[in-house]
Amino acid sequence: MSKSAVDIPPKGGFSFDLCRRNDMLAKKGVNPPTYRKTGTTIVGLVFQDGVILGADTRATAGPIVCDKNCEKIHYMAPNIYCCGAGTAADTEAVTDMVSSQLQLHRYHTGRESRVVTALTLLKKHLFNYQGHVQAALVLGGVDVTGPHLHTIYPHGSTDTLPYATMGSGSLAAMAVFESKYKEGLTRDEGVKLVTEAICSGIFNDLGSGSNVDVCVITKGHKEYLRNHQLPNPRTYVSSKGYSFSKKIEVLSTKITPLKEKVEVTEGGDAMEE
Amino acid sequence: MTKQQANWSPYDNNGGSCVAIAGADYCVVAADTRMSTGYSILTRDYSKICQLADKCVMASSGFQADVKALQKVLASRHLIYQHQHNKQMSCPAMGQLLSNTLYYKRFFPYYSFNVLGGLDNEGKGCVFTYDAVGSYERVGYSSQGSGSTLIMPFLDNQLKSPSPLLLPAQDAVTPLSESEAVDLVKTVFASATERDIYTGDKVEIVIINADGIHRDFMDVRKD
Repeated sequence: MSKSAVDIPPKGGFSFDLCRRNDMLAKKGVNPPTYRKTGTTIVGLVFQDGVILGADTRATAGPIVCDKNCEKIHYMAPNIYCCGAGTAADTEAVTDMVSSQLQLHRYHTGRESRVVTALTLLKKHLFNYQGHVQAALVLGGVDVTGPHLHTIYPHGSTDTLPYATMGSGSLAAMAVFESKYKEGLTRDEGVKLVTEAICSGIFNDLGSGSNVDVCVITKGHKEYLRNHQLPNPRTYVSSKGYSFSKKIEVLSTKITPLKEKVEVTEGGDAMEE
Repeated sequence: MTKQQANWSPYDNNGGSCVAIAGADYCVVAADTRMSTGYSILTRDYSKICQLADKCVMASSGFQADVKALQKVLASRHLIYQHQHNKQMSCPAMGQLLSNTLYYKRFFPYYSFNVLGGLDNEGKGCVFTYDAVGSYERVGYSSQGSGSTLIMPFLDNQLKSPSPLLLPAQDAVTPLSESEAVDLVKTVFASATERDIYTGDKVEIVIINADGIHRDFMDVRKD
C-alpha cells in the first residue's frame, strides 16, 4: 500500500480514531459513559385521510428518568414527521440532518418533499454506519402520492406498513394495534387508537412513561398535539412543604478582581527569519 | 474446544425501594409494591414488607426469590426461639439474627437489601440497615433498593443523624412526630417514583407503635 493513502485527510463523517484506545480501556476495566437512551414507545398508523404518529415522553439513562417530558416526534418537512427511538443524540442528529437535506432539495426543485425521499436518505445514512448510529424510526407523512408510513431499523432496513410500532414498548403497543386496527379509521378513532397504544407502552414498559404526544398529518395540513394526554400527574405533595435552609458555613472569602487592562510587553525571543 | 462459560445467572434484580424511619415511640417502615425484571412489570401488588415478630418488620428489595427464602429461614428460626424462650424475639435480637443469617451465605449471598424496623425493649423506635452479606448498623432512618440513591440524600438533608463515633453515644431516633414521619415517607416515595423506573404503583406504609402494627397504602405513578 502506498504511503499517500494514509495521509489523505478525512472527508467528513464520524472519526473512529479513539476506537482502539477505548477498546483497550474497556478491556482494562475503564468503562465508557452511558448514553441517554429513549427507552421508548413510538407508533404510527394510516387512517382514512392521512397518517397519525404517536410517542411517549420519557427519556432514561439506565434505571433513572433523565427527562420526564421530552419530544420524540421530530420535524422532517412540513408534510413529514418522524418518531425516534434509541440513543437520543442519534435520533435527533439523523432527523435534523435529513430534514435539512430535504429543505435544500425543496429549494432546488420547488416541490413538496416526498416521504420516500426522506426514507431513502435515512436508510442510506443508517446503513453506512452499520447499526452504530442507534436510531430506530417511525417515519410518516402525506405527499403527492398519498399517505405513507415506514419503520426504519438502526441497520438501515425498512418496512412499509399500515400500522407500526418501535422502541422498548413496541410489543405492548403492537398488541393494541393487532387487536383493534382496521382500515379506513376516522381521525378521532385514529387518535384514540394511537393514544391507547402509547398508553399501553407507558404503563407496561418501564422504559416508557409520562405523557402522550400525537401528530396528525393530512393532505396539506398537520396537527402537532404536544402532551395530548397527561396520564401521570404528581401523586403526593406534602401540605406543609419542605425547606432546604440549612446553610453551609462560609469559612473564608477571597476575591481576586479582574485586571483592568492587559499589558503587552515587547521583548523576549523575536521570531528569526 | 473453545472455553465454555456460564451464560446463566442464579440472580435477578426485581427492583423496588424501602424506607424506614425511627421516632421516639414509633417506627415507620415503607416499601413500594412493584415487582419488575428488566423493562417489564411482573406485578403491581407485591408486598416487600414481612412481619418477623410482634414489634419487628423487615422490608426487602433485590431478588425476591432470595428474599422469600430469607424470610422463611427467619420465620423458622423465630419459631424455634419462641419454643425455647416462650416469648417473641426483640427487634435488636432479630437484627443480629438477620445479620448472622446473611453472613452465613457470605460466598453465595442472598441478593437482598433489607431494612429492619420496630420497637426495642424500651419501646423506642429502631431501624437496622444491612448490605447483602450482613454488615449492619442501628440508625435513625434508612433507605435501601433501586431508589435509595434518590431517597437517602433527601432524608440526610431533612433528618441529619448524629455521628456514631460521638461519645457518649447519641440517640439515633429522629425528632419528627409520627404523622410528620408518615408525610415524609409519602413525599420521598412520590419523588423517587418520578425518577426511578423500578419504583411505583403503590406504597405500603407500616407504622409500629405502642398500639401495635398499622398498615396503610398510597397510590403512586404507574408508568
